Amino acid sequence: MGLKEKLHGIKEDFKGKKMAPAFNALHTFLYTPDETTHSGGHVRAVDDLKRTMNTVIMALIPVLIWGIFNTGYQHYSAVDAAQGVIREASLFGNFFTWDNFIMGAWTVLPLVIISYAVGLGVEFIFAVIKGHEVEEGYLVTGMLVPLIVPVDIPLWMLAVAVIFGVVIGKEVFGGTGMNILNPALTIRAFLFFAYPTWMSGDKVWVHGAKAAEGGADAISGETILGAYAQNSSVVYDFSDKFFGFIPGSIGETSTFLIILGGLFLMFTKIASWRIILSAIVGAAVMGLIFNGVVDQGWIGEGNTFYGLMSTPFWEHLVIGGIAFGIVYMATDPVSGSQTNTGKYWYGFLIGFFSIMIRVFNPAFPEGVFLAILLMNVFAPTIDHYVVQANVKKRMKRLKLKTA
Amino acid sequence: MSKDIKIKRGLDIKLVGEAEHIISDAPRSRTYVIKPSDFHLVTPKMLFKEGATIKAGEPLFYAKKDPSIKFVSPVSGILREIKRGAKRVIVSIVIEADGRDTTVEFPMLDVNTADAATIKERILESGLWPFIKQRPYDVIASTKTEPSAIYISGHNSAPLAPDYNFILQGKEAALQAGFTALSKLTSGRIHLGVAQVANSVFSKLSNVEMHTVVGPHPSGNVGTLINKVSPINKGETVWTITPENLAIIGELFITGKFNSERIISVSGSRVKAPKYYRTKIGAEVSTFAYSAGIEGDNVRMISGNILTGNQVSAEGHLGYYHNEFVAIPEGNDYEFFGWNKPVFNKISSSRALTFSWLFPNKKYDLDTNTNGEHRAFVVTGNYEEVFPLDIYPLQLLKACMVQDLDAMEALGMYEVAPEDFALTEFVCVSKQPHQAIIRKGLDLMHEEIG
Repeated sequence: MGLKEKLHGIKEDFKGKKMAPAFNALHTFLYTPDETTHSGGHVRAVDDLKRTMNTVIMALIPVLIWGIFNTGYQHYSAVDAAQGVIREASLFGNFFTWDNFIMGAWTVLPLVIISYAVGLGVEFIFAVIKGHEVEEGYLVTGMLVPLIVPVDIPLWMLAVAVIFGVVIGKEVFGGTGMNILNPALTIRAFLFFAYPTWMSGDKVWVHGAKAAEGGADAISGETILGAYAQNSSVVYDFSDKFFGFIPGSIGETSTFLIILGGLFLMFTKIASWRIILSAIVGAAVMGLIFNGVVDQGWIGEGNTFYGLMSTPFWEHLVIGGIAFGIVYMATDPVSGSQTNTGKYWYGFLIGFFSIMIRVFNPAFPEGVFLAILLMNVFAPTIDHYVVQANVKKRMKRLKLKTA
Repeated sequence: MSKDIKIKRGLDIKLVGEAEHIISDAPRSRTYVIKPSDFHLVTPKMLFKEGATIKAGEPLFYAKKDPSIKFVSPVSGILREIKRGAKRVIVSIVIEADGRDTTVEFPMLDVNTADAATIKERILESGLWPFIKQRPYDVIASTKTEPSAIYISGHNSAPLAPDYNFILQGKEAALQAGFTALSKLTSGRIHLGVAQVANSVFSKLSNVEMHTVVGPHPSGNVGTLINKVSPINKGETVWTITPENLAIIGELFITGKFNSERIISVSGSRVKAPKYYRTKIGAEVSTFAYSAGIEGDNVRMISGNILTGNQVSAEGHLGYYHNEFVAIPEGNDYEFFGWNKPVFNKISSSRALTFSWLFPNKKYDLDTNTNGEHRAFVVTGNYEEVFPLDIYPLQLLKACMVQDLDAMEALGMYEVAPEDFALTEFVCVSKQPHQAIIRKGLDLMHEEIG
């Protein structure tokens, strides 16, 4: 008797029992079920939710791997810098090294494991209690969460945040497909407001910086946005920023890999190109407005906003988490706009507000996650007006006929 | 004189096992069955008891709500059995054919001179009225309302669908009589959608407004034609009828008899010799299925189209409205890592390691596996890619699920039928039963408003 038949037997045993969803969730990972069509059409396309989610995860893997190496790299280069040694980034010279990998994996993988274990645990419990199948929504959220937090966040904090995010952000609304806010961002927002000292400042972005704070061998780990917000000079050149040899949240640093992931998602039709494109346009427009303001001389060099306002608009797209947010989180179909016309507005406003919040809130310079959460709330409103246009057209037609 | 309608959004599902253009006579069926469930929302009132002798074209039962709508026997013989289900609902009516085909005869009627009342009366008493369907609600047309227009699609773009130009060969006169007759029953026009006017059986028709509909499926759906010509407004009623049934109505006026003959396509990857068969409405499936040959036993047999038809067994019978039979493999098997490995042998509307976009002309051998489990709606934007109507499909489906009548009405529920959602159902990542959702929504509206 093969594995397939054995598992089928267990599935039959579980049928109708409380734990059935839990077993089925594991079973369907190994085998797509033997379910056949019962109503309507007799054939179905091959895409299911697992495949959809899996595609997003595939697009996230390169970013995760880069994040692991970069965590190690940033740590060692910060340690060097504290001793006065300045490093020149080189991909195979000092980036893809065994030391970096071990250091990075040792810090990042626990975050991934905690995120998945806690989040899926909550999902399983809810599925068993409510008697429905375990939905795949958390597969992507679970991967996003470790990528958008600072490296040194304590694991218990992450666990608390994940429970909050999944229960309050998703399950209370009815589970996957019903939530209003992006669960991954709900988790980050919770961390951001509950434990602000762990989420911002110049000590959280490099592994070991927080622990070494105040000691003799203190190391710095300021992000570029932080440096701009302080109006201080930035030590990284463009290729560092673009390819990602910079400190930051684990997944956000390499704009290059994020662009590749975004192209893959758009090509596979999993992510909406409408949202991505219009978000980039929106961010560029806001950036250009600020650049124009600076060019006009309305904002002097001494102004608090000068640093970020004078940043060229295209550079805004490369630094910070905006690229990551646009590609992987603004495109969440559940919390985003659901109509094609609405998606243009939704994306544009995310880009627009991201840069605005980034510039005007120098204490917390990362605006993209607040912008996405804000637009999550307004997405149904956007859709409402888009759909109403269709409804009005129908009413007008009726009036013409009856008049 | 034809007008062009171009459809961009849609999907042609190309499947193996298309019927060859050959017509064979199916062996005569011993029994014929009429299933009241084919006539949605009709409660049958029987006119005969078991054991009665019936002529072809003789009414078997009428609709409880409107006794003038009669349903007739396709053959002559003995009413062998009235099968009943739970709460004594009539499930099926079995007629044992005597092979003599004694048919009820009506005097011939010249449709060009006859008036509307006579034509309507003749269609009703001959029991052919059920062939005429109406929208809204996608049910048998009400006898009380006059339709603002009549829509007919002479182009079947569904996968494995029979070719109208082939099955209606030689029926031009009957079609013309049908068109002329129906044109008197509406103050509006009769709109006919065709793939191309030239070389089609419809090319020489008069009394009809011709539209060329170009594009992928559902370009041949009558719902698409209605939406592109003149979408149905609240309070309006339009009629729809399929060309083969229109020809039957036309023949009634020419010959005075109900001709229950059907030329059906027998197709699908599990049919050994896919081709056309000449049979009758309600005939036993085994007569033509086993004549064409069925491969293996793990086979899904479908009376009707692969996207909209009903599952039948070999002992089952051809549905009243159906003119095709399809046999495809059952997909009741597990697939190892079916959700993440690259897929070449199934159709997908995305490119998520699915490669059907690389081979637009490849014909696929799909089985009945759902390729995933039922989930909440998550993905957006993919229905719109295959849905050409000026309606928001996701929003309408959700309105149906929460039974919000106002929203259903505002979003265009009057314009749709379940078959319009066959493609969104096909591509649905969450494997939601779109057609069933729409059917339930329509029924609710019919009950509350209609």
